[in-house]
Amino acid sequence: MTVTEERPTTEVGTPRRRKEDQRLVTGRTRWTDNLQLPGMLHLAMVRSPVARAKITSVDVAEARSAPGVLAVITGSDVADIQGSLPNAWPVAEDQKAPPHPAIAVDQVSFAGEIVACVVARSAAEARDASELVDVEYDELPVVLDLAQAAADTELVHPDLGTNVSARWVFDSAEACSGGNVEDAIQEARDGGILIERTYRQQRLIPAFMEPRSVVVDPTGEQTTMWSATQIPHILRLMLALTCDIPESKLRVIAPDVGGGFGGKLQVTPEEVVTLLAARQVGRPCKYTESRSESLMVAHHGRDQIQKLTLAAKQDGTVTGLKVELLADMGAYLGLVTSGVPILGAFMFNAIYKFPAYHFACTNVFTNHAWTDAYRGAGRPEATYAIERLMDELAQEVGADPLEIREKNWIKHEEFPFTTVATLEYDSGNYEAATAKARELFGYDELRKEQAERRERNDPVQLGIGVSTYTEMCGLAPSRVLGALSYAAGGWEHASIRMLASGKVEVVTGSSAHGQGHETAWSQIVADRLGVPFEDVEVLHGDTLVAPKGMDTYGSRSLVIGGIAALRAADKVIEKAKVVAAHMLEASPDDLEFSAGKFTVKGTDKGTGIGDVAFAAFHAHDLPDGFEPSLDAEATMDPDNFSFPHGTHLCAVEVDTETGRTTIRKYVCVDDVGKVINPLIVEGQLHGGVAQGIAQALFEEAVYDESGTLVSGSLTDYLVPSAVDVPSMVTDRTETPSLTNELGVKGVGEAGTIASTPAVVNGIVDALRPYGVSDVPMPCTPHRVWTVLQAAGASGGGAA
Amino acid sequence: MIPAKFDYHAPSTVDEALRLLSEAEDAKVLAGGQSLIPVLRLRLAAPEVIVDLGRIEELRGVREDGDALAVGAMTPHADMIADPLVREHAALVAEAAETIADPQVRHRGTFGGALVHADPAGDMPTTAVALGAEFLIAGTRGTRTVAAEDFFEDLFTTAVGEDELLTQVRIPKHTGWGSHYEKFVRVAQQWSIVAVAAALRIDGDSIAEARVALTNMGSTPVRATAVEQRLIGIAPVADAVREAVVDVAEGTHPPSDLNGDADYRRHLATVLTGRAVLAAAAG
Repeated sequence: MTVTEERPTTEVGTPRRRKEDQRLVTGRTRWTDNLQLPGMLHLAMVRSPVARAKITSVDVAEARSAPGVLAVITGSDVADIQGSLPNAWPVAEDQKAPPHPAIAVDQVSFAGEIVACVVARSAAEARDASELVDVEYDELPVVLDLAQAAADTELVHPDLGTNVSARWVFDSAEACSGGNVEDAIQEARDGGILIERTYRQQRLIPAFMEPRSVVVDPTGEQTTMWSATQIPHILRLMLALTCDIPESKLRVIAPDVGGGFGGKLQVTPEEVVTLLAARQVGRPCKYTESRSESLMVAHHGRDQIQKLTLAAKQDGTVTGLKVELLADMGAYLGLVTSGVPILGAFMFNAIYKFPAYHFACTNVFTNHAWTDAYRGAGRPEATYAIERLMDELAQEVGADPLEIREKNWIKHEEFPFTTVATLEYDSGNYEAATAKARELFGYDELRKEQAERRERNDPVQLGIGVSTYTEMCGLAPSRVLGALSYAAGGWEHASIRMLASGKVEVVTGSSAHGQGHETAWSQIVADRLGVPFEDVEVLHGDTLVAPKGMDTYGSRSLVIGGIAALRAADKVIEKAKVVAAHMLEASPDDLEFSAGKFTVKGTDKGTGIGDVAFAAFHAHDLPDGFEPSLDAEATMDPDNFSFPHGTHLCAVEVDTETGRTTIRKYVCVDDVGKVINPLIVEGQLHGGVAQGIAQALFEEAVYDESGTLVSGSLTDYLVPSAVDVPSMVTDRTETPSLTNELGVKGVGEAGTIASTPAVVNGIVDALRPYGVSDVPMPCTPHRVWTVLQAAGASGGGAA
Repeated sequence: MIPAKFDYHAPSTVDEALRLLSEAEDAKVLAGGQSLIPVLRLRLAAPEVIVDLGRIEELRGVREDGDALAVGAMTPHADMIADPLVREHAALVAEAAETIADPQVRHRGTFGGALVHADPAGDMPTTAVALGAEFLIAGTRGTRTVAAEDFFEDLFTTAVGEDELLTQVRIPKHTGWGSHYEKFVRVAQQWSIVAVAAALRIDGDSIAEARVALTNMGSTPVRATAVEQRLIGIAPVADAVREAVVDVAEGTHPPSDLNGDADYRRHLATVLTGRAVLAAAAG
C-alpha cells in the first residue's frame, strides 16, 4: 500500500496518513492523566484483597492523620449519595441485579472492589496513606465455577435468592423465522449428522494501552469531568442519574483516549468516587489507575460456556442449530453486561441459511470481576462457535471445510436475505471474498504440503484454519434497541460549522479513542463540501462542544456518525445554494454544485463555497428572510445494521514435540463495503486480527480457588507484542452496503471476530491425524501437548 | 504505581557503595533496576535505602584476563551482546542475552544484576553455570571468589551477603566452541518457561567437551553433568544426541504455573536439550 501525499482527486478512498497520529504516537497530547489543575488533589483506592466477605470494620483513623491527607471516604460515608452503578440493558423483565455501590458498604463480592478512597495532596501521599486503612473482613465462601453458580448451591448475593440474573431465549419457530430445532435434531439423530460440542470462551481482559484516568473539577457552575472513556455522552447522563446531579450541571470531556476495545464503555466506580470526592472536598481531584488495578477491576470480557448442537443431513447441509449459553456476569451488572451474550444471539447462524435455530442464554453471577463489552461483544463468541462447528461438520462429512461452508452459505444472488435470527442481510458476496482469499493463500498448495507432512509423520504438522464470518455493525437502529430492552437509542449526531474564513468544523457525537475519526470524517466532509482535507477540523469528546452523541462502540461510528456528518454537509450545501444563487443572481434550481463550487448551469459563472460562507458571515447582502448561517446538523438513526463479511485463512505449524503453535501464513479478505481510508481499514484489521489471535493463543484471565486474579500483571496475562503476531496479507472485496448512502459497513471489530476461529481451526486441523478434535483456548503449548498426550493414550496416532 | 519512600544513593566507587551498604539497616542494590523497580512499584519490597551502582565506572566493561574474560558486574546486556570479546570467547552468553525481554530491558539491565537477582527463570545465571564462571564478591573486609556451583543458593538467593557486592564475573574462555541457548517462551518478552544452554567443543566428527545447563528447572540453574559426560565422544547427529540427553530432566524440581506443570517442563527440557546440543554443534 503506497501512501499518497499528493492532492487526491477524491478524498474518500485515499490512504491518507492519520492527522491525529503525531500527537497520539508521541504521547504529547491531552491524556487525562496529563491534566494538571490548580489545587488538584489525588486519589488512591483501598481495594478488597478477598473475593467475598462481610466488611466488619473500616478503620481510617491512621490514614486520615497521615501526611498530606485531606479525606478518607468509606462506603458508609457515601452510602446515601453514591447511588447504584447503572445497568442500561435489563434483558428480561424479571432480570435480577444487586445494588452496585461505587464503594462497598458492608460486603465485597470480588477481589479488587473499592472499600475506601484516600484523598491527598499528592499521588504518593494518597498511595502511602491507603496502606494505613485497616479493613477487617469476615470471609465468605466464593462462587467461581459457572455451572455451580447456575445450580444455586451458594449464592453470590443471597438477597436475590438466586445466582441467575436472567434467562433470554430466541426460538425460530416462535419467531416464525424458521422451523423447530428439536425436529431438526431428531431427524439428524435418525440418519443425519448430529454434532454436539461444548466450547469455552475464556475470560479476557481488554488491556487497553492507556490506563483509566479521571479528573473532576467541582469548582464553577458546572462540574467538569475529564475521563479516559469511550462514552462521554452516556457517562454524563448516567452520572447525573446515579449521583442525582442535574445533567445540565455536568460537563464530561473525553480528551484523547488511548484505546478502549469496549473496556472504556462503562460507568465506573472510580468515576463516581472521584466525582463524590471532588464535590466533598471542593477541589479538583484526579485518579489514575495502576496497570495492576486496570487488569484486576476494569471490566473483563467473554467468559461463556457454549453448549452447541448442530444438526445436518448426510451431505453436510445444515438443518438446525441449538445454542445453550452460560454467561458469567461476574459479581455485578455493568452498563451492558447482561446484553453482551444477547448480541451474539443474532450471529450464531452467521453466513449460513439453515432453517431452524434455538438460542437460550443464562446470565449468572459469580465472585469474579464483572464482564462487559469487549471488542466484538457477543459476536466473536458466536462466530467462534459456528465456525468451529462447520469444521467439525466438514470432518464428519469428509469434505473440505470451504466446500461445506459454500454448500450452506447464502449465495450472492440471494440477497437481501432474512436470516433465521430475523436480521435482514442487505448485501454480501461470500463467493468472491473466499475465492480471492483462497488464491492469495495458496490454499491448494498448502493442502498438498499438509498431506506430505502427514505422510512422513513430520513432528511439525501443518494445519489450515478457515473462518468465513459476518457480523453486524452500526449499533444500532433505535427501534431494534428498544425491542431488546436497551435503555437508549442508537442514533448519532453531527453538526458542521462553516467558519467565516472558509474553514470547516465538523462536530461529531462519536468520540474516537484511537479509530481515526478525525481523518476519516475530514475525508468525507472534504469531498462533500469540496474543501481541502486540511481545512476540515473534527471536534468531539466534550459534551460542551459536541452536546449530542451516542459515542463509540459496536463498529457504529462510520456507518452512523459518518453518515450524520455527510447529511449535515448536504444540509450546508442546500443552505449555501440559496446564498450562492443570490450572489450569482440566478435561481437555486439553475445552480450545480461540484468540487466546492456553485456554477450556473451552462455558464462559467460561479462562486466557491468559502466565498458563500464569508457572505453568510458578514450577512451584508443575503436573500430576504435568510438566517445568516450555513451551519447545519443531522441526526442519523439507521434503518438496519450493516453486515461486513470476509474469509480469513490461517496456516499454522504445530510442533508436536513441544505443543507450540506458530502462525506461518495469515490471509484475510474482508468486505467492509466502500472504504473511506484504506490505511485505517488495514490498521483496524491488523489490530483486530492480532487481538483475535491473542484469544486463540495467549490471553486468559485466571483466578485461583480463592477468587484472586492470578494473571494480574502483564507478566502473566500475555498480551502479544508485534513480534508475536505474524505478518498478514490483507485484501478486500467491495460489496457496498445498501443501508447507508456511502455504502460503508464498519471494520472496528471484524478482525477480532474472524481470526480466533481461523487460528483454532488451524490447530485442530493440524492435529486431526492424532485423533484431536478440540483444543481449549488459549491453545498454549502446554494445552496442545496435553491434548496430544491424551489423544495418544486413547489410541490416536499420526497417519 | 508509586513505591514506598526510600533514601537514594548513587556512589561513584565500589568502596563508597560498600560503606553505604554496611551503614544501612535495610538497603537494596539497584543494578539496572529491571526487576527491582517493578518490585518496588508493586510494593512487594520497601527498603529504606537504595544504593544505585549505575555511576560506578569501574564496574562496567569486558576485558581479557589470561584464559578468562573479566566482566564488570554493571555491564549492560546490550553491551554483552555487542562485545567482540564475548562473541569470540563466550558466545553462549551473548546468544542468551539476545533473548532477554526487550531492547529497553537489555539496555538498562545488567549482567551482574541478573546474576545476583537469581531468578530461576533468568537466562544469565544458566550461562554462567554452564561456562563455569567465577564470581568476585567484594565486602568491607576484602574480596572473595566463589565458584558458579556455590554462587546460586536458592530462589533469588546467592552467596552475595547483604553488605557485599558482586563486582566481577570471570568467564573461562570457550574459544572456538559452538554454543546455543534454546529458550522456550509463549511470547517474546516472557521469562523462560524452560531454556537450555549448550556449548560444545567438536573435535573431528565427535563431541570432545560439552557444557549443558537448564533454566527454570529448579530453584537454581541445573548443570547437567551426566548428560555432558554422555555427549563426549558421540557424533552430533539427531538420534545419538537424543539418546544421550533423554534423562536430562531426571531429578529436577521445576515449578508448575500458568505456563505449564512440572511434567511438561521435564518433557520440554528433554526436547529442548536435544535441540540446543544439535544447534550448538551446527554453529
